[in-house]
Order: sequence, then C-alpha cells, then structure tokens
Amino acid sequence: MSRRPPVGVLAMAGVAIGVLGLPLVGLLQRTPWSSLGATLGEAATLEALRVSAVVSLAAAAVSVMLGLPLAWVLARLPFRGRALVRAVVLLPMVLPPVVGGIALFFALGRRGLIGRALQNGFGVDTLIGTTAGAVIAAAFVAMPFFVITAEAGLRQLDPRLESAAATLGAGRWTVLRRITLPLLAPSLAAGATLSWARALGEFGATITFAGNHPGRTRTLPLAIAQANEAGQPEAAIAMSVLLIAVSLVVLVGLRHRWLAPRRRWPEPSQEIPSP
Amino acid sequence: MPPRTLGALAGALAWLAAGCGGAGETTVAVYAAASLSEAFEDLAARYEAANPDVEVRLNFAGSARLAAQIGAGARADVFASANGATMGRVAAEGRTAAPPALFARNRLALVVPAGNPGAVTGLRDLSDDSLVLAVCAPEVPCGALARAVLADAGVDADADTAETSVRAVLTKVMLGEADAGLVYATDVAAGGDKVAAVPLGPQTRFNDYPVAAVSDRAVAAHFMDFVLGPDGRRILSDHGFGTP
Repeated sequence: MSRRPPVGVLAMAGVAIGVLGLPLVGLLQRTPWSSLGATLGEAATLEALRVSAVVSLAAAAVSVMLGLPLAWVLARLPFRGRALVRAVVLLPMVLPPVVGGIALFFALGRRGLIGRALQNGFGVDTLIGTTAGAVIAAAFVAMPFFVITAEAGLRQLDPRLESAAATLGAGRWTVLRRITLPLLAPSLAAGATLSWARALGEFGATITFAGNHPGRTRTLPLAIAQANEAGQPEAAIAMSVLLIAVSLVVLVGLRHRWLAPRRRWPEPSQEIPSP
Repeated sequence: MPPRTLGALAGALAWLAAGCGGAGETTVAVYAAASLSEAFEDLAARYEAANPDVEVRLNFAGSARLAAQIGAGARADVFASANGATMGRVAAEGRTAAPPALFARNRLALVVPAGNPGAVTGLRDLSDDSLVLAVCAPEVPCGALARAVLADAGVDADADTAETSVRAVLTKVMLGEADAGLVYATDVAAGGDKVAAVPLGPQTRFNDYPVAAVSDRAVAAHFMDFVLGPDGRRILSDHGFGTP
C-alpha cells in the first residue's frame, strides 16, 4: 500500500471534516472560558446535568433490557413480517423526535390507547412533568440504536459455537452466559453507548411528551434551548460545552470497542470443524 | 437511464428549484409571536392581495425564540413580539430599524379542556398539585404574564411543564393531557370547541404587542405600517385583539 491516496478523496474528506467539525470550533471560540466554571456551577445547571444523567442512563438501561430480547428475536427467529417489524422498530431513528413525542401522547397519554389502563392499573395519572415520562421519551428514540447494533452482532456470531457448547453438555443458560454474551459483548457495549449518547442528546420527544419541568424533565438539551431563548447565550454555550465534553470522553473511551471490536476467540470457522 | 426517467428527474429538479428561487419577487420575512398566528396569516393574505409583487414569509414561534433567532442574525424584516421586554432585547442588540410601535392588546386567560375534567373554577385551584398545569416558560411573554397574575392572586402553583410557546400550552390542554393552562384570551378561540375558558375577571393582566422593522428594507417599514393601519387594526380586532 505505497500508492498515494487520490487527491479528490482527500479533498472531499477534508470538506466532510469541516462540515462536521466547524460548528464545534465555532462554539468553542465563543465559549466564555473565564466564567465557564461559575456558569456550570449554578444550581440550575447542576440540576439539569443530574436530570440528564438519570434520564439518559435509565433510557440506556431500558434499551438494553428490552432491546436485547428484541434483537435476538429479529436475528434468530425467522417469521413472516420480520422485515416489517424491523422497519417499525427502527423508525424512531429517522422520525423527527417531535413526531415521536406526539405519538407517545396518543399511546400513553391520558386519552391515549392505553392511558386509561395506565391510570387504573398503575395509578399513573399523567407522564407530563415526570422523570418516567422523560425516560420513556428518551428510550423511544434511543432503543433502535441498541437493537440494530445488537442484531448485527448476533448475526455475525457463528451459531456453531453455541451448538458445539450444547453438544458438550452445556445447558441453555450456560451457553448464553459462557458463549453468547461474551462473544456479543463488544456489540452490546457499542449499542448501549450509542443508545445512551442518543438519549443524552434527546430534545424533541422529551419536551413534547414529558414537558419542561426543572429537576424532573429539564435535561441539559432542554436547559440549553431555554437559556438560548432567554437571551443567555453564555449559559447555553457553557452547558453545550459540558454536553460535548461528556460525550467526547465517552466516545473516545469506547473507541476500541466501537470501531474495532477485539476478538477474544480466533476466527471460529477455522477452529471448529463442520459437523 | 431511459428518457422518461430522465424527464421525470428533470421535472422534479425544476420543481425543487422553483421552491427555492422565488423568481425576482420581493419577499418580506415576518417573525411573529405564536399567539398572532391566525391574525397574521390573515394580515399576510390581505397584504399580498394589496401588494401582488410581494410575498410574505411568516415565522411563528414563542417571542423569546424569535428574539434569539434575530439576535443570532436571522434575516427577518419585521418582528412582532407579545411583550415589550422581548422586543427590548432585540432593540438593545441594535436590530430594530425603527422605534417599535404598539399595535395590539391581549389578556391572560385560564383555559381547560372541554368538559373541565379537573373541575377548575379559578386561579386558586391551580395550587392543587394533583392537577396537571401547563404554562409558558418564564422567558416567553405569556410565561412572564402568567407568573405575574399568579403572584397577584397569591397562588403558589407548581406548573408541570413550562412550554416554549403559548400554542404548546394550548395544544396540551386541547389534547386533554393538561387539566389547565394559562394562555391568551385570543388563544381560547384558536382552541375551538376542544377547550373552554374559566373567567378570571379582574384577576387577569393585559399585555401589549409591539411591532418593529428589523431590517432597513423599504418593504419592512411598509409591512409595519400596514399592521398599524386601518386594515391591520380591523383584522386584529376580528381575531379578538384589543387596541393598546
């Protein structure tokens, strides 16, 4: 590979980096660094940070708990209409989040499809202004990112490894615990990170469905939008920088798992003779 | 590619380009508070009828968001805000081309879903925490007004959600997701038969709408004059707005 890369490709890649990176540079050069600490130390900012942490982690946890079984069904269970189910499951990835927020009203709202059942069965009067509502909104937009990543991981996994373990006497639980999950770990970590990052940045579905209540649903993105509209761009910039810093730390920290999952086993097809 | 596909593609591209072009026609970008939506749609239609060579581009949102957009350099020609404080922010940034003029008056209203499921009879009921209450965020004019009215009445209400525009409050009440909302009197009409107003009597407060040209273009001053003129006054009055 000594050939020089084509100039055109380099130029286009440079433009792409500019498109993606320039807004970040623009934000950073406008950041009031000297007063950053004071702005971020304000009670309202810390409250929004706490809400963001709780909501995004809870949404990622929900995405993993419900998304893993769903990914398994989509990857392993052939059934009629599977493509349709997958399309519906992935729809929130391309849907404007505000549409998701409105749709959540019609499903879980007081006059929604199961609103009455929520009220009678669980005593849930409303999800507006509740952290549970914010978690549902965030999970709605974040879960597809986990499902699609976990399903891809499951499909790449050689099923003969699991069969081999089973023929050697391992029960279903042992196979899952000792073979499937460890092999799947990089995909699960990547999917969980992606869904967490999506939940952290979530705005439209949250403000539409869960509303804007300090300490309960006002996450950092909501607080940023509000500060921007309140004529406090410095506060908006400071919180944006915080959000970017948190996201970058996590994305950089997980870059190995994400881009080049390390193999813990040798290529399976060479190790295990076909039956 | 078969010729028919090519033809369809060219047609689609021409249609897309037509949408962006605006072939030589003058446009005037009007940024107006969300509560002005229906009134300014009528105003714009009447203005375009009287000035066929001008196209009015309307942008409705909470006044605070519009002020932030204008502050960030949006190419607006006219700004109509729901209170003087928000207009003052734009003026302080040096964006107004002429002194703002007051053109309409509104008042705060307590709105409930049709049938009043929360049995709300007045402001005092809003301190009930089991009631779902939607108001505007404090930086939005309707939010500032709502807080002032609640403070006047000595009511300690913890709103379940602070929305970025008065119409977002109205929507939550129309959907029945909120038991009560504080909006403008004119919004009650926009909510149709899905909502009802609970009279506030003397407990309400008024707000006056200023309008200002925010660009040096002649069409900006012209549209502002139209809003302040007899046609503008009549249309605003038809939509329930008073005179300041």
